[in-house]
Amino acid sequence: MDATESVAPEIRVRDLHVILEKREILKGISVEIPKNRITAIIGPSGCGKSTLLRCINRMIDLVEGASVTGEVLIGNVDALSPGIELTELRRRVGMISQTPNPLPMSIFDNIAFGPRIHGERDSKTLDATVSRCLKTVGLWNEVHERLYDPAAKLSIGQQQRLCLARALAMEPEVLLCDEITSALDPISAKHIESELLAIKNEYTIIFVTHILRQARRIADHVIFLYLGELVESGPAAEIFSSPKDPRTKEYLEGVFG
Amino acid sequence: MRRIEEAVFKALMVISLFIVLGSLLAVILVVVIRGAPALTLSMVTQVPQGGFYLGKEGGILNAIIGSLYVATGATLIAIVIALPFAWYLNQYAGKSRFADIFRAILDIATGVPSLLYGAFAFSIMLAIGAKTSLLWGILTIALFITPLLARSFDEVIQTVPFKLKEASFALGATRLETVLYVVSRQALPGILTGILLAFGRGIGDAASILFTAGYTDSIPTSLGDPVATLPLAIFFQLGSPIPAVQARAYASGIILLAIVLILSVVSRVLTKRYMKYVIK
Repeated sequence: MDATESVAPEIRVRDLHVILEKREILKGISVEIPKNRITAIIGPSGCGKSTLLRCINRMIDLVEGASVTGEVLIGNVDALSPGIELTELRRRVGMISQTPNPLPMSIFDNIAFGPRIHGERDSKTLDATVSRCLKTVGLWNEVHERLYDPAAKLSIGQQQRLCLARALAMEPEVLLCDEITSALDPISAKHIESELLAIKNEYTIIFVTHILRQARRIADHVIFLYLGELVESGPAAEIFSSPKDPRTKEYLEGVFG
Repeated sequence: MRRIEEAVFKALMVISLFIVLGSLLAVILVVVIRGAPALTLSMVTQVPQGGFYLGKEGGILNAIIGSLYVATGATLIAIVIALPFAWYLNQYAGKSRFADIFRAILDIATGVPSLLYGAFAFSIMLAIGAKTSLLWGILTIALFITPLLARSFDEVIQTVPFKLKEASFALGATRLETVLYVVSRQALPGILTGILLAFGRGIGDAASILFTAGYTDSIPTSLGDPVATLPLAIFFQLGSPIPAVQARAYASGIILLAIVLILSVVSRVLTKRYMKYVIK
């Protein structure tokens, strides 16, 4: 896993503080996330994993009363700078939520939604995008005969894969995954994991999970957060085999968490 | 003991059910029994001919068309005002005090008797010297159903789950795109139901347009013409001492009931069609 080290970082977080209702959720995080790898953010509940994720695509803005300071550089653009075009940031940084959240429209329209609002009008291009994204997530064979059926009719596992396809349709550089398998049955979860592994060379994937075995299975790089602080980050093999910080060691051994 | 309690309250509930259904059924029965003999083809295909109000030939096509004109025009105006209002209240005003105050005002507005809306519109007409017409009938009914519509849109839009808006924002949609393409799509069945209910209220109201729409035996050809409406047609014919004319009032009632019934069937079909896209 030395490869991780040689890859230029895609995202640089510097001194990130998030304060919510006088409580400091993130206490000055500085970390680098490698390009085109799967980075797992691990840690016990309430440690700030999701908050860190939401700073990267500025969904933190929707949380009332949250104050965010620091820098989140994606390439050379600071996601936290006030002048940034949020719609473009969120096109570059796709997000998949914990529970599947398909839009109230057809399977086709769910995937075409992103490209359409970002200005794609050509129906042939949209057709191609929809079939390409559905194939990438392995949903094409299951749904290609009913693309115009409501997305609500799909099973939960299929809906989550649809959400992944929907994020891919915007041709993002970064994918934020917030415990995206936690609402799924084991088989659907496995599907999602193998799809992420299959596409990781093209996307910078940041994967929040509290399931250590899952992080071991898929992560190239690991960030361990505890009570709003960055305890340790580095290549997955190193962190899992020889953690430097005693807290990481204890968490991995199941002493807490 | 608790079993008796259960039985007593269940019986009370069944009685209320029968009171509600029974009174509705009784109204429909009386209207149908008294109106059916007078409900001829000419009632729905002709305007009043000479001597119509003495029980001679003719029909109330003028009032049928007039009512449809007034209610359709008013509903369109009300949608155009109420929908952006509800969008704004939910998407931009959020949970602010400002939004609460607006909701309270709307609640009061929906409780104001329609006659007062009519009186208000009439006073404006007097002030600017306008004559009773289709246009003023439409405006009065629009005034009366806009708060109803705004409040019902607001209610359904409020029930749209936050995770849908979140999904839309995460895809890079703006607030406007989110409310137009996601929130309204999810709320569409409720929006349609609200529209048809408002149309029903508009087409059935007599008091508000008593002073503003006028009455005429012919079908209006412009917005400036006075217009006849079914509720007023019923009102005027019912006031006649001639039994044949009274029977026609009930026949007009059947027609009004039929329009409302068709609307509610259409609304159910549409709601069902769009319901399948809704995310639960």
